[in-house]
Amino acid sequence: MYRYDEFDHQLVRERVKQFRGQVARRLSGEITEDEFKPLRLMNGVYLQLHAYMLRIAVPYGTLSSRQLRKLAELARKYDRGYGHFTTRQNLQLNWPALKDMPNLIEELATVEMHCIQTSGNCIRNVTSDHYAGAAEGEVEDPRIICEIIRQWSTFHPEFSYLPRKFKIAVSATEHDRAAIRVHDIGIRVLKNGLGETGYEVWIGGGLGRTPIIGKKVGDFIRREDLLSYLEAALRVYNMSGRRDNMYKSRIKILVHEIGEAEMKRRVEAEFEEIRKEGRLQLPDEEVERIRRYFAAPAFETLPDQSAELDAEMAKDEDFAHWVRQNTVKHKTPGYAIVNISLKPIGGTPGDISSEQMEAVADLAEKYAFSELRAAHEQNLTFAHVRKQDLRAVYDGLSAAGLATPNIGLISDQIACPGLDYCALANARSIPLAQEISERFADLKLQHDIGRLHINISGCINACGHHHVGHIGILGVDKKGIENYQITLGGAADEIASVGDIIGPGFTDDKIVDAIETIVMTYLDIRQEGEIFLDTYRRVGLQPFKDKLYATH
Amino acid sequence: MQLIKDGAFIADPWTHVGDEDALPGAPDAGVIVSLERWQRESNELIASGRPLGVQLKSGQDPSEIARDLEKLALVGLEFPAYRNGRAYSYASLLRQRYGFKGEVRAVGNVLRDQFLYMIRCGFDALEVTDNITPAIYAEMIGEFTHSYQTAADDRPAVMSLRQRLAAKNAAD
Ligand code: SF4
Repeated sequence: MYRYDEFDHQLVRERVKQFRGQVARRLSGEITEDEFKPLRLMNGVYLQLHAYMLRIAVPYGTLSSRQLRKLAELARKYDRGYGHFTTRQNLQLNWPALKDMPNLIEELATVEMHCIQTSGNCIRNVTSDHYAGAAEGEVEDPRIICEIIRQWSTFHPEFSYLPRKFKIAVSATEHDRAAIRVHDIGIRVLKNGLGETGYEVWIGGGLGRTPIIGKKVGDFIRREDLLSYLEAALRVYNMSGRRDNMYKSRIKILVHEIGEAEMKRRVEAEFEEIRKEGRLQLPDEEVERIRRYFAAPAFETLPDQSAELDAEMAKDEDFAHWVRQNTVKHKTPGYAIVNISLKPIGGTPGDISSEQMEAVADLAEKYAFSELRAAHEQNLTFAHVRKQDLRAVYDGLSAAGLATPNIGLISDQIACPGLDYCALANARSIPLAQEISERFADLKLQHDIGRLHINISGCINACGHHHVGHIGILGVDKKGIENYQITLGGAADEIASVGDIIGPGFTDDKIVDAIETIVMTYLDIRQEGEIFLDTYRRVGLQPFKDKLYATH
Repeated sequence: MQLIKDGAFIADPWTHVGDEDALPGAPDAGVIVSLERWQRESNELIASGRPLGVQLKSGQDPSEIARDLEKLALVGLEFPAYRNGRAYSYASLLRQRYGFKGEVRAVGNVLRDQFLYMIRCGFDALEVTDNITPAIYAEMIGEFTHSYQTAADDRPAVMSLRQRLAAKNAAD
């Protein structure tokens, strides 16, 4: 993975010093909370319902064992002994005191981490495929270009006060696990007919109040031109994006208002001009320098089948079950990708205790080249594990309470912090996710239901990505009463779609029943081999609506 | 209000003139007018022989004065709120695209924590509140030794520094 050189170190150290000064000005009363706001927001510090929250950047979701151990330590020292992984592959601490934050980020810097641009109207942490480097059919490791974008966008003087936040995601496989079509800019790494690597660029996707699937504006941007192209797109947005209404200020609204063709024309005109200047040409040396950090680890030559694994699976049904559900085929024979569920039945999606972080860090060190990933589904991933080691990894995870075999199943839900933490929430998300997972706790039932993504947001800001859940749940406020609206048929992958609202919402004592009704209806009408999304795409809303509102 | 020009706190030699105001008495006093007044009276203003400046509001793109730039010694860019960062792009365009060599001045809601970004985008003059001291300015400008990206200033990007370093190490 990427390691800081002297320049990176210096920048992060200087950032710590700067933030220390800003916090001191706030604590002494020299500046008001209002004046402090833009400063803290550039550093991932939010004022939540009960306390300040700190969001730590995990660039494109990659972490080392050493970093995770440090996060465990910081969560224990400055917080309540746990952290929360978000849908942006970041880690949030919910209860640190403002006065501690400068020390906290100083300690983070010792493991090459920071909180830069994890909030504010700037280019946010770039996200990517959590199977990067391990996925079959990958054109190249998407993190190479992610790191280049991370550096280019860090403290970008022109783009730090954009109309609104700006999110970029990168994927390098046909199957899109990075949800590039619902980002402000989505980048797909691909090869042209000549075998050269370049980028397909999607603009104007996003969730929130107005969910929109992105438009493809760049078919093949050459590697050396990518930063010029991004700068062009950002400049067009910075100059023309709306600033009069925060709900209309994302780039998707600009694209919607001026039209896809005009957006493409403006970006291309600006791109041509910037390219002429030549100053953003990406030198091969820098790409190669960064590529070396993401070189594949020293894989052994192994047969794809492991006799040891097969024997263990035959012996232990639970283990076999976990292998089938939580591990994925690796591009290298004899290896597997291991997903670690942070969704125990009845737990808080994405939460992890310091002890669990340490257990995961140890296992990664022993069995996964000391590296792990945060997935946007709020789970963790070991990208490279020998199949013969799966048993040991499973035992270690089980001991830490991290072996719930539910990846991709109904209890593997995405949920935003909701009313338990968030000042903007209309409704609770976490307790609802817990109730749903308890209702469907029976693993056999979950299996029978098959792949089904439930995404929950506590308000229209859609941090829980409800629009792209196969079943989406949105907390709305109805005269002071928590109310939940259901959408069906959303998806964030390469055939991205926004879910359809099924009808009137449900109160908190009815919503879990409603979800159950929908799931049971699907089980009744599905055809052989279908998952929920397939059935929905085949039959549409009506059958579900009929059942759901029949008795009302 | 005070003026920082090229890093120095100086008395402002320019006068902001409202759309209905008379021009100042001294015939060589520089004036800054709105885009509207400029478009209405550019001939008279040019004929007056004074140094001329135009101030653009947020939403008034510098392309609107691109052809007039050789007649202008100053372009003012407004920050109606610190959150509104359009003028960073305007300044970048003035320097990088139009090669404007005159003064580019930040006017309005100019926060100390933004000085460095402004300078990097090509502003060489900042109108700042009276509580800003030379020490504060120096601190804000000096917070970061290196930059990852090129901008309108002449700082090299870290990428080029790395290449230089690698070349030097190879030579040693
Ligand atoms: S979706 Fe709304 S309630 Fe949930 S975290 Fe985001 S802003 Fe808060």
